[in-house]
Amino acid sequence: MISLAQLLTLSAILFSLSVAGIFLNRKNVILLLMCVELLLLAANFNFIAFSRYLNDINGQVFVFFILTVAAAESAIGLAILVVLFRERRSINVEDLNTLKG
Amino acid sequence: MIQVLFHLFAAILVLAALGVITARNPVYSALALVMCFITSAAIWLLIEAEFLAVVLVLVYVGAVMVLFLFVVMMLDINLAELRRGFTRFAWLGWLTALAVIVEIAGVVWARGGLGVDAAHGALPEPAGYSNTAELGGVLYTRYAYPLELAAVLLLVAIVAAIALTMRRRAGLKVQDISRQVAVRREDRVRIVKMDAEKRP
Repeated sequence: MISLAQLLTLSAILFSLSVAGIFLNRKNVILLLMCVELLLLAANFNFIAFSRYLNDINGQVFVFFILTVAAAESAIGLAILVVLFRERRSINVEDLNTLKG
Repeated sequence: MIQVLFHLFAAILVLAALGVITARNPVYSALALVMCFITSAAIWLLIEAEFLAVVLVLVYVGAVMVLFLFVVMMLDINLAELRRGFTRFAWLGWLTALAVIVEIAGVVWARGGLGVDAAHGALPEPAGYSNTAELGGVLYTRYAYPLELAAVLLLVAIVAAIALTMRRRAGLKVQDISRQVAVRREDRVRIVKMDAEKRP
């Protein structure tokens, strides 16, 4: 059988790869959104692993809600991206300087 | 057998994740992400979380990633500009990744149990057990209220996405159906009385 430590290590690797991806692709908004999806997937791995190994179904309910929120997030994120591209003809993060933050 | 499959899927998952973050073309990144989701669904099937595995394939691969691919292909992106300075903070990224892996893996393997009987794997579910039925039983009783909130959230997301991307261009020729239906004879027909003219 698969042990809990194996699953947690796999999700840690997935999580850290997506963090590295955010550093690498820090200019491309689409890639940033994809890396966030990967990050949420790693979190879901932990939820499911603990849910199975503690014999508690509530963890899987949480994964269900995380999937819902992630779908909504990516839909709105991509809509904002399309509007942004229409305004600026670019999806470079460095061009998003209207607020002068 | 399950161990072999798990290691195979884990290797594919890590390679696909590497593909997502290093691919030159966003289309390839999106396709690698699809691979990630499918492989994750396979691993979730291995640890007997069947319903969520199916939902992951249906919702993520079927809907969200298609949306991603659609947007990536629709936008005309200057890739060279976005790739400039790709490696400038790469060392920081890999360093952070390494730190996260070492920290989490260290805690997981050092603590051993984590309060769970971690080494031996989960108890296999009894025959005739339905993951979907159990999840549904909890979802529609204890989590009924959060479920409805999630539904409202999705509705708001639909409305927001449409409202954000809808645009009205000036000078566009469109039909106004209600005006067409409500039109009367007097608005359109004009009767002109004039004398007959002689043929030249």
